[in-house]
Amino acid sequence: MAVAARKAKTVAPKPGSKASGSKASVKIIANFPQLTRDEDMHAYKEMLLIRRFEEKSGQMYGMGLIGGFCHLYIGQEAVVVGMQMGSKPGDQVITGYRDHGHMLACGMEPRGVLAELTGRRGGYSRGKGGSMHMFSREKKFFGGHGIVGAQVSLGTGLGFANWYRNDPSVSLVYFGDGAANQGQVYESFNMAALWKLPVVYIVENNRYAMGTSVNRASAQTDFSRRGLSFNIPGEQVDGMDIRAVKAAGERAMEHARSGKGPYILEMQTYRYRGHSMSDPAKYRTKDEVQKMREEHDPIEQVRARLINQWKVAEDELKAIDAKARDVVNDAAEFATHDPEPDVAELYTDILL
Amino acid sequence: MPIDILMPALSPTMEQGKLAKWLKKVGDKIKPGDILAEIETDKATMEVEAVDEGVLASILIEGGTDNVAVNTPIAVIAGEGEDAGTAAAAPAAAAASVAAAAPAAVAAPAVVTAPAAPPAAANAYDASSEVPAGTAMVPTTVREALRDAMAEEMRADGNVFIMGEEVAEYQGAYKVTQGLLQQFGPKRVVDTPITEHGFAGIAVGAAYEGLRPIVEFMTFNFAMQAIDHIINSAAKTLYMSGGQLGCPIVFRGPNGAAARVGAQHSHDYAAWYSNVPGLKVVMPFTAADAKGLLKSAIRDPNPVVFLENEILYGQTFPVPQMDNWLVPIGKARIHRPGKDVTLVSFGIGMTYCIKAAAELEKDGIDCEIIDLRTIRPMDIDTVVASVMKTGRCVAVEEGFPQSGVTAEIATRVMGRAFDYLDAPVIRITGKDVPMPYAANLEKLALPNVGEVIAAVKAVTYR
Ligand SMILES: Cc1ncc(C[n+]2csc(CCOP(=O)(O)OP(=O)(O)O)c2C)c(N)n1
Ligand SMILES: [Mg+2]
Repeated sequence: MAVAARKAKTVAPKPGSKASGSKASVKIIANFPQLTRDEDMHAYKEMLLIRRFEEKSGQMYGMGLIGGFCHLYIGQEAVVVGMQMGSKPGDQVITGYRDHGHMLACGMEPRGVLAELTGRRGGYSRGKGGSMHMFSREKKFFGGHGIVGAQVSLGTGLGFANWYRNDPSVSLVYFGDGAANQGQVYESFNMAALWKLPVVYIVENNRYAMGTSVNRASAQTDFSRRGLSFNIPGEQVDGMDIRAVKAAGERAMEHARSGKGPYILEMQTYRYRGHSMSDPAKYRTKDEVQKMREEHDPIEQVRARLINQWKVAEDELKAIDAKARDVVNDAAEFATHDPEPDVAELYTDILL
Repeated sequence: MPIDILMPALSPTMEQGKLAKWLKKVGDKIKPGDILAEIETDKATMEVEAVDEGVLASILIEGGTDNVAVNTPIAVIAGEGEDAGTAAAAPAAAAASVAAAAPAAVAAPAVVTAPAAPPAAANAYDASSEVPAGTAMVPTTVREALRDAMAEEMRADGNVFIMGEEVAEYQGAYKVTQGLLQQFGPKRVVDTPITEHGFAGIAVGAAYEGLRPIVEFMTFNFAMQAIDHIINSAAKTLYMSGGQLGCPIVFRGPNGAAARVGAQHSHDYAAWYSNVPGLKVVMPFTAADAKGLLKSAIRDPNPVVFLENEILYGQTFPVPQMDNWLVPIGKARIHRPGKDVTLVSFGIGMTYCIKAAAELEKDGIDCEIIDLRTIRPMDIDTVVASVMKTGRCVAVEEGFPQSGVTAEIATRVMGRAFDYLDAPVIRITGKDVPMPYAANLEKLALPNVGEVIAAVKAVTYR
């Protein structure tokens, strides 16, 4: 399955099936618009920052500075960056434990995120949450959840709050191909469709849930169809191509924002690294990983456009990379030297 | 500037591993993401990826070497144009300095003692001051009291809404939400599908956003499907967010045994929820407490589990006629003052204590009855102050014996008032069996007044 070769495909319910009401069908989009130079530039910078941040996290984990579980987003950068490019201020974001990329894309500070990974007082959760648990009310980032699938109901609740308040914001709910098999996902789909809640469900299908491939866990591997029995429209999107992500995201958010209810986007993507840091990686071949990196890398795709289409000089790209590195190194420096939380913090933040 | 590549750890517990093989050789150009080497432990194989750009200047540890300690420099990368020789000679690098600042966990473990929770003084709470003198008392059922509490709070705050199965059109499975749909409309009184896990999660998400949901579970038995969101999503988030994200929500509904409904509809969860930091757990007995505590629970910025009882719904108690009747969470109430023995209970457990005390009075035993009202935080001060006076304690609950709420009471009384006790604390609980259906067996499975009387006689040596 060549992910990048796929065009955005809209799933319309089969004619005659119960789900074929006008609600669930959207027009078939066979192509998507190119990005402008500025947009490509923005996408490149944002994705590169996440890539460099995650590489640094991996390195610091290896040095014992980061503990516990640490799930890297390398390979999947185009999904969250593309969605954010189409979102509006006030839209909420919620995801699982593979959350570093989402936080950076929401505009959270690399220092605060990395210091949380190292368990220091300057971390977003003051060192008490860790890699999987960070939040920013200001940036509308609602976590950071460690129970696979929980964020789907919680994120539907964020959409419920928008609906309750007649607020035009949309809740962007990210979850994995593995999480997509949780029962509460369908409970949430049902209520979101029933009450027409402004929610976009983004399935980050990176083909594996830990060591279990999609084929071994899912009877229906086309995740865009998972909402059909609730009349929720869905699309399969090349999640390695940020142009496709942005265009599909805009369609989905427009749908949700205009009061038509939820929308599902299956982002076909890939994680290059292990599930978390200690992953024996026996469930896939090195060739498979190598092929994805070489042929479909989301950052390389944009980089190629910047060079070939927009004639951006190598030096300028180098400067961008150096800048990303500087930001990440500064964060690492901070996260390494910031003190651990005061012991008195053990008993704070339990109740308000 | 040359950069040291360090032996990475695959997990926080890994101390050493095998440097299995090098995939690059000295002189190779390196770019970020390139795989440099493979390392192995007994658990996994991991690739060492380059983070920096440059040239592999030297390999310090050969492939195939066993027992390489974590954080040992294994190679040096030189920047482009840098001389590999100089690079190898001057291995002072950013990475190395970062490693030196690794936290204590990596170095020799220091002995760490957690600071003790602040101790509390044993002052009895005086609940009699809650109702101002001269206040009219209106006979009200627990059911009406709960409904009135919700209606008042919904009128006062537009963010308060109720959701659950049959709460709106059907007027509540146990008619607790009677009339609310007509007063507040379908946006604030939301009928849900039968989907506890999902709607509990939705309500918690709405609470993260600042709404104040009241989630009605048809009974708490069904909240087992939602317990993940109550505990993992509602109770823990404030802590995990370093105080940023509170969750103002009330989970309420009937809890414990009703009558003849069998094992799956009779479970008392007081002990379960009371085990969880980040939750408040309330279990009222009287209608006045039900109303005042539910209003407090709705206003509380924390998640509150509010345990009701179906058998108590129809019972009538005097409720103060006040515009703003609030009962504080975390304060017990002395239901009946006495001097010979302290009876402690909560919720429907109170009924056994009240009947036993009336019988025991005939024998000249004067019982003090304490209604805990809140299970967490527990007002142990009021209990301890009473035990210091009576020297004897019997604790009563309908829940199962092992790890029950009364076990907690007994242990805390022992810790705080050991020298005052003239007899061991006795616990009267439900029996250690799933609730049977047969009338005679169900009766046996629950506590009874005779058991309480016998316990009081035992601790008073009568
Ligand atoms: C309820 C629950 N079950 C199991 C786990 C352990 N677990 C953590 S991540 C994971 C795999 C999830 O895979 P997927 O949803 O595809 O997300 P990805 O890791 O690929 O981003 C599992 C089984 C968990 N955290 N929560
Ligand atoms: Mg996955």
